Amino acid sequence: MCGAPVGGVPLTDFDVTKEAVIVGEVTRDGIPVGGAYVRLLDDSGEFTAEVVASATGGFRFFAAPGKWTLRALAPGGRGESIVAADRGAIAETRIEIAA
Amino acid sequence: MSRTDVLVDPDWVESHLNDPNVVLVEVDEDTAAYDKGHLQGAVKIDWKLDLQDQVRRDFVDKAQFEVLLSAKGIGNDDTVVLYGGNNNWFASYAFWYFKLYGHDSVKLLDGGRKRWELDSRPLTDEVPQRERTSYTAQEPDNDIRAFRDEVLAAIGATNLVDVRSPDEYSGRLLAPAHLPQEQAQRAGHIPTAKNIPWSKAANDDGTFRSDDELRELYSGAGVDLGRDTIAYCRIGERSAHTWFVLHELLGQPNVKNYDGSWTEYGSLVGVPIEKDA
Repeated sequence: MCGAPVGGVPLTDFDVTKEAVIVGEVTRDGIPVGGAYVRLLDDSGEFTAEVVASATGGFRFFAAPGKWTLRALAPGGRGESIVAADRGAIAETRIEIAA
Repeated sequence: MSRTDVLVDPDWVESHLNDPNVVLVEVDEDTAAYDKGHLQGAVKIDWKLDLQDQVRRDFVDKAQFEVLLSAKGIGNDDTVVLYGGNNNWFASYAFWYFKLYGHDSVKLLDGGRKRWELDSRPLTDEVPQRERTSYTAQEPDNDIRAFRDEVLAAIGATNLVDVRSPDEYSGRLLAPAHLPQEQAQRAGHIPTAKNIPWSKAANDDGTFRSDDELRELYSGAGVDLGRDTIAYCRIGERSAHTWFVLHELLGQPNVKNYDGSWTEYGSLVGVPIEKDA
């Protein structure tokens, strides 16, 4: 793995060939913000997992192949993004928080 | 039992921060969360180190629970208010655990750590010094804890509620998606279990939905609330959240949490499994 992923989350502590990984970062006005609550919703909009973004806005999920929605909640705002995940790949995304 | 007996909101907690009879306890999956900042005066319970036997797969026993609570400075007459991350999963698990060992007054902070943070309420890194107590626990109340033989006997007989996400229920995932998926056990669910994800019982900010919404959620999904119910998930923490909803908020008498959950059931030899994927 060369080049740091967005959000700076580690990508070396699991076997990437067996996982459908989603990584990303949360931003406000384009600048990374830490501590947002990021949830992963499946194709039907159902909750699948939630993490707290790191101090530098980074987060990651181990999903299944398919389309996923990410929703971030932060004090005074929220944001969403949609991403496609695939096994053996690392899908990257950004979520911009707006009021 | 009603909601006000077992749930408190952030305003209540702020007005009881200096109440000597109230002990705030943070319980998280991410056990480092407390160290980064917690509610003023809160002590930390590490669900893995403090609540699990470190050799066998089981809870700490009555004597160990007494040692733990005494060391944390929690007395038998104290009101314990639990909160944590992950929408209170592990705080609910600790609530169920405190009830298992017979603690009288225990409550959850509605919305847990998330709602507190989203409200931008204060956190501190100061660790409180509480005087040691001499805590006495009750014998474990196994009326609220299910073991694997009861779960097998419940197939097709009483309510089984699988509170994991639809992808875990169907067998597409083996764990919540913030964890790596490679696991030893088989994927799928216990036959006849209804899939009612824990998350349907909570709002986005982690607070519980209203009693009417909750009743409708389970009845609408075909759970006969007049019958016995066993809830399970992967390791028993999300199902403790649903146990809290059914037993504590809705006042259903015969509800058990199966803490062995999928990591036990999905590893058993010869048991029936249903899988959609």
